[in-house]
Amino acid sequence: MDKNNQANHLKKEILIKTIKAFLSDDFGENTRLIPFEMRPKGSEVPYRCCIYKEREILRNRIIATLGFPIEGCDERILLSNYAKWAQEREKPDEHTLTVLESACKGCVPNRIFVTDLCQGCVARPCLENCKFGAISIVNGKSQIDSSKCKNCTKCIQVCPYHAIVKIVVPCENACPVDAISKDEQGHARIDFDKCITCGKCVSACPFGAIHEKSQIIDILTKIKQGKKVVALIAPSIAGQLPCNIYQLKTAMLKCGFSDVLEVAQGADVTAKNEAKEFAERMSEGQKIMTTSCCAGYNNLVDKHLNEIAPFRSETKTPMYYIAEICKEKHPDAVTVFVSPCVAKKSEAQKNPNVDYVMNYEELGALFVAHKIELSELEETPYEIESSREGRNFGITGGVAKSVEVADNGKSEIKPHLVNGINKESIRALKNFAKKGECEFGNLIEVMCCEGGCVGGNDCLNNVRTATKAINEFTKDSKPIV
Amino acid sequence: MNKVIVKICMGTTCFVMGASELQELTDIIPEKYGDKVEVVASTCLDFCSSNEESKAPYVMVDYDVISKATVEKVLEAIDGKLKNGQE
Repeated sequence: MDKNNQANHLKKEILIKTIKAFLSDDFGENTRLIPFEMRPKGSEVPYRCCIYKEREILRNRIIATLGFPIEGCDERILLSNYAKWAQEREKPDEHTLTVLESACKGCVPNRIFVTDLCQGCVARPCLENCKFGAISIVNGKSQIDSSKCKNCTKCIQVCPYHAIVKIVVPCENACPVDAISKDEQGHARIDFDKCITCGKCVSACPFGAIHEKSQIIDILTKIKQGKKVVALIAPSIAGQLPCNIYQLKTAMLKCGFSDVLEVAQGADVTAKNEAKEFAERMSEGQKIMTTSCCAGYNNLVDKHLNEIAPFRSETKTPMYYIAEICKEKHPDAVTVFVSPCVAKKSEAQKNPNVDYVMNYEELGALFVAHKIELSELEETPYEIESSREGRNFGITGGVAKSVEVADNGKSEIKPHLVNGINKESIRALKNFAKKGECEFGNLIEVMCCEGGCVGGNDCLNNVRTATKAINEFTKDSKPIV
Repeated sequence: MNKVIVKICMGTTCFVMGASELQELTDIIPEKYGDKVEVVASTCLDFCSSNEESKAPYVMVDYDVISKATVEKVLEAIDGKLKNGQE
């Protein structure tokens, strides 16, 4: 779904208000009041049946923003208590996504449906083309027997009146691995054994019913306690806010971070190691290698696509290298990975060098709450400038290109880009694994989101303008070799 | 006839709340209206301090303020201005 929508707007508004409450002198009480402030007595009821349900749903959204699962939350407990517990928590919750049941519409199940536009024609191509005998003519019009229909959509394609439609459940439709489905009550449930944390359901739900559990309060608490909190900013950030990365560093220092490092610096290590590994694998006779920097893809391989694991690069991710560099330099630092997507939260949980993840929406909300005008800030330099290739990691093709440049003509590299994980690209990857080769290339770059990390579920900017901004910024950066 | 001036607020609040989409206007407007309309991406217009971030992003079309601005809303406002100017 387009980022420009009211559910997304609402989530960001709540983030800003929660952070403002944290920065105020009474976090608990001011958090408790947010639903009443957003829907005061007598105000209009924009989305739900009544003002009480509006407030209750806002309350649930705040619970997720405070980092708690909504599934198990207790209506009797005040938000001020949740706010208190959020500050006392030592580790963020294990699963990163949570379903807001009261906001979930309980969409009608996925099915093919004949609308009133059916003209009851003589040709009846729907009836003729249905392989499963699911279509019959009732009162002169087509009807589908859902017990026989296999959702093949053939009838939709052949109807001359466009009278047949596919009714979709947006979250189920967006999930590439069937990890989200409706329970007996019709509400969405996530199967965390299958979930690859790609965040596609979060972006897809028109009711904003799937939330990330935010770690923002954990991070702000560490800053408030005077800990040395270091931000590691992912390369795709460059096109996300109305400032350059040097002004961004200034802004983050103003918010209390003690240092900011570019993850692109880690990407430079990834690119060089991956180029070496590629050359080795090809000399050993392998015909393909896939990249390994995307957390969504790595989860996919580990949970659903084991057959491609032997072809996946063993090289670590940019997050891994930069966090290692950071902890070597500051062993006492609390590290915060600043991320375009929720998938990186699952990667961070497996990496002891990364303490927290903050996404771009949360970062933007933090600046709004602090009333920081980004475009007016001075620039702060980075101790180490990253390369153009490392800084391009967040756009589709950027990783493959960086390996090519780092290889410097030693190997014959032919990149093939998997630009977005979906059912179709999963089938293609399975096929490459089965054959041990790929007709389109030998270096397969896999990005879970379309457009690359700039298409991540937590990005603020749209893919087109974000990509343009990154290209503009990196054209003057130094080459990797 | 005077030019219609469109100012898109690129302050932090407006950008975070959705002005990123509005950047498209800097391409769309010259294409659609030529030199009849001038579009500028502005630094913070300061509407967010008096009102709330809930109404961001803001765009100004001449002296009219559009809150919760979208590409469609802005184009509609421009069309309205141009039509009035002709009458």
